[in-house]
Amino acid sequence: MHTTKYTITFVLILSAVVALLLTGFREGTKDLAKAGEEIFNKRAILKTIESELDGGKMVADLNAEEVNSIFDTKIEQKVLNMKGEVLDANAVMAAGYKGGRAIDVEIAKEKKKPEMDRILPLFEYNGKEKVYVMSVIGSGLWDIIWGNIAVRSDKSTIVGASFDHAGETPGLGAEIKDNPKFPAAFAGKKIYTADGMYKSITSRKGGAVDPMHDVDGLSGATVTADGVTEMMIRGIKYYEPYLKNN
Amino acid sequence: MAETAVAEKKKEGIGFGKKERRLLTDPLNENNPITVQVLGICSALAVTSLIFPSLVISVAVVFVCAFSSLLTSLLRKYIPNAVRMIVMLVIIAFLVTLVELTLKAFSFTVYKQLSVYIGLIITNCIVMGRLEAFAMANDPWKSFLDGIGNGLGYGAILLIIAFFRELFGKGTLFAGTPIALNIIGAGNDFLINTETNFLFGWYVNNNLMVMPAAAMFIIGILIWVQRAKFPKLVDVS
Repeated sequence: MHTTKYTITFVLILSAVVALLLTGFREGTKDLAKAGEEIFNKRAILKTIESELDGGKMVADLNAEEVNSIFDTKIEQKVLNMKGEVLDANAVMAAGYKGGRAIDVEIAKEKKKPEMDRILPLFEYNGKEKVYVMSVIGSGLWDIIWGNIAVRSDKSTIVGASFDHAGETPGLGAEIKDNPKFPAAFAGKKIYTADGMYKSITSRKGGAVDPMHDVDGLSGATVTADGVTEMMIRGIKYYEPYLKNN
Repeated sequence: MAETAVAEKKKEGIGFGKKERRLLTDPLNENNPITVQVLGICSALAVTSLIFPSLVISVAVVFVCAFSSLLTSLLRKYIPNAVRMIVMLVIIAFLVTLVELTLKAFSFTVYKQLSVYIGLIITNCIVMGRLEAFAMANDPWKSFLDGIGNGLGYGAILLIIAFFRELFGKGTLFAGTPIALNIIGAGNDFLINTETNFLFGWYVNNNLMVMPAAAMFIIGILIWVQRAKFPKLVDVS
């Protein structure tokens, strides 16, 4: 039998060794992990403008360097405040994002701030025509869901969309990401009605009714689909002040 | 006393005889962690809707199982009995966190796909079960082999389940990887962009297979087939 003193010492030493090793490993791989995450997020943005890319390339076929080069040469990153003003890099860093670029902004963090204090990432793609990619975030059934929406220079027609989630059910709510048909249905829809009223897109249970402003809901995932509708209506509205003036 | 000590010393070497081979092969069939020991069912249900994530998780479990057995066995004489479970958990959690950090650094997409499940290896009862049942009482080399064997036995079942679930649930194999194949059914609506369908264009993907419940049925069938083939596994009580 071991003494209490031995037991406590053993556990303390083991914990210290394990903690040190893990911290060291984490610090050592931090930059690699960050680069990987950035590429992942950039792909999600490029996915929305896949149809606009040169040479009809698919995002899945691009390697990391190609993704970065498209971002460096063709995409202008802007960060807006809720009044629609463009913030400079210092203001973004002051908001807690070291890189100071739009890709560094974590919308999940912004969601926790009061609505008027949030900052918004915006990506302007300069291809055949200007395309604006906006980021929206909302709540699904279990956890947050978010998405990127690209609109044409008329600021109303959607080019494409991509969605992701933190913990929706595979086969049900997770279909917003896993089933390419869901984001594909957003292409060609309009944010504004013909008379210029803000309407955004509704993911409608039972199937789309309005051909310009509805997409089919997801069977078995009503709450997630409603979450998509909510963030499409609330989130895109945030960008209105900027888009109206540019 | 002296003689037994010598005999034990002999056994401790790094040999690879019949006994060692059995440590690797037994868990693949007659002592399979899932179908015979009935350990690790939870994750077998959760991760097996696609082959590729199952493969990654199997590799991770083999790694965690093998090295946690090795470490526990090395420390077995020093681990205070009263807190041995907690010590094992620390060792397992350490290895799992290593796996998680490695994936995050070198394959962020896979990490995103699996993040929750990788963390769940910590609670995978196969790992803890083998540490408690084997590694605490055997020398490091044997424990290491036992860990690999049980990891492989778990992985084999996982891949069999994932094969059927992906094939009938999505009509594909290896979806999400460069070698993705669309095998049956008309649908190119899931995950991958293959246009050619090889067989059974009339087949409609079975959504039940995507749900975890399907894994339960497949495990049940596997257990049935295995016991029909090896009657000695049947519990007479």
